[in-house]
Amino acid sequence: MSALHPVIVGFMPLLDSALLVVAKEKGFAAAEAIDLVLVRERSWANIRDRLAAGHFQAAHMLAPMPIACNLGLTPFSSRTIVPMALGLGGNAVTVSASLWRDMAAHGAGDDLDAGRNGRALAAVTAARSIAGKARLRFAVVHPHSAHHYELRYWLAASGVKPDHDIEIVILRPDAMAEALRSDEVDGYCVGEPWNSVAVASGAGRMATVKAAIWQSSPEKVLGADARWADEEPDVLAALVRAIYLAAAWCGLPANRPELAAILARPDYVGVPAALMLQALSGAIDVGGGATVQVSDFFIPFARGATFPWKSHALWFYSQMVRWGQVRHAEPNAAIARDTYRPDLYRRVLRPMGAALPGASAKVEGALGVATPVGASGAGLTLGPDGFFDGAQFDPDRLDAYIDAQMPTGRR
Amino acid sequence: MTSSLPAVLVIDEDRIRASIIEAGLREAGHEQVTLIHTMSGIARRIAEINPDVIIIDLGNPDRDMLENMFQLSRAVKRPVAMFVDSADRLSIQSAVEAGVSAYVVDGLRRERVKPILDMAVSRFEAYSRLVRELEEARGELEKRKLIERAKRILMKSRGLSEEDAYALLRKTAMNQNCKIADIAQSLVTAAGLLDPDVKP
Repeated sequence: MSALHPVIVGFMPLLDSALLVVAKEKGFAAAEAIDLVLVRERSWANIRDRLAAGHFQAAHMLAPMPIACNLGLTPFSSRTIVPMALGLGGNAVTVSASLWRDMAAHGAGDDLDAGRNGRALAAVTAARSIAGKARLRFAVVHPHSAHHYELRYWLAASGVKPDHDIEIVILRPDAMAEALRSDEVDGYCVGEPWNSVAVASGAGRMATVKAAIWQSSPEKVLGADARWADEEPDVLAALVRAIYLAAAWCGLPANRPELAAILARPDYVGVPAALMLQALSGAIDVGGGATVQVSDFFIPFARGATFPWKSHALWFYSQMVRWGQVRHAEPNAAIARDTYRPDLYRRVLRPMGAALPGASAKVEGALGVATPVGASGAGLTLGPDGFFDGAQFDPDRLDAYIDAQMPTGRR
Repeated sequence: MTSSLPAVLVIDEDRIRASIIEAGLREAGHEQVTLIHTMSGIARRIAEINPDVIIIDLGNPDRDMLENMFQLSRAVKRPVAMFVDSADRLSIQSAVEAGVSAYVVDGLRRERVKPILDMAVSRFEAYSRLVRELEEARGELEKRKLIERAKRILMKSRGLSEEDAYALLRKTAMNQNCKIADIAQSLVTAAGLLDPDVKP
């Protein structure tokens, strides 16, 4: 028996670190001869820097972050690949009690409906502008985060111009609830449990959730140092297998209480298990005594939740272009596309009989209902994957999508 | 080349470490050095100070917010570009290892920044060493206190002299192949359980 391979992986204290935590705590990593060392980090910048410096071989990363690294959009980044995703969904938009009162007066409801509550927010924004009040301020965790792009997508499709009508600032996840309470921000988009924390303390109301803005949408990925992945392909493969099995474990409803208890430990997320359980079960306390069932709030395994879709990478890229973070050019699109590696995912998981989609990209928003797809291995059901405004993203028509979203006069 | 050295801003919640960096910069002839210890109103402060180089502790949990601020020209007036020079992997590695990062105003020449970062790295390292030594010293002190308490328990409960009490602890430790402090800890804990008046 050969010795265990040490693999050092950085993570942020968030619900969706679950797959990594379970890979270690439930022995899936050890069964693959990996000594998985999880290092809790305090900022995404640190995760990026320590991956680049070779301290970490892989990390829990915001899904757009490896793309931004490879595009050279962030300081000190190195070539990073995405061999798998770490689940779908998991975020919500939370607003202050006073903003919620204004939104409710304009028709917002408890049901987390992205369309209706988005229109109410647009009405509040317009009324504030006419009254000469200060712009609302929203926070997200990072400029290259799914939170940032889905918040902007939701606002823009609801009739709010993100760069004109409101202000968006960057704030760390665990500081969000306090910033809401002290009126430093009026709302934010963040991963769990940091929405439930604000609701539980009475500081905030959940206005909508990621699963309502874009169903089955990507959130965190496993980012791996490309040099390490080249040097140690077998260790990377073992890591991917371990996390895949951990995802399957996380996906079983019977395991939710144990998972919530593990994540609640101070060395992981350090937030009470009951709050963590909400997002896992989908029974979301939105505030004001209302609980809404969102069965797909966070999907750790089903619906191909760990598959690194190239269409996800390209959608994030389209939003980087849309909001002026990068200039659209075919070489840039190719960098985004090549960052996600479904080829590695397939090569590693096919021998296990894992459910694998036949394609590496799909038309996002095309599946209105859960749909069994042609897949090798076990049966696979994908979607629904709709955007709340009914739009579709066809990765083969990237230019047209980008053109249609660009404000006139830019690009 | 102008004679004045770049203006440096040090953002560090650890006041002692920040002062150590400041002293190093002043020794090297930097006149424009500012220290910031808290994040409140930081955007305005940075805009006022208008630094050429910003040094931050890597452990700062608000680094994502700060980085974004540096990249928004609104806050800093001039675009702050790189974490030193991305091409210089070695110097970056040593910076990450020491726990410090530096952001540099775009266009500032590398040779003017390198000595600043090198100094920050060496001072961060020296400071971590100091903290480690202090912690070790503190641990040593705790151990001694524990042994003292264990000795007193033995002296009282078994009527031993101080030397005999210590000899008994040492002999037990040797027999059980563990440290005297561990035996002392067990004894103090046990005594606390048996007699609620003895503080563990």
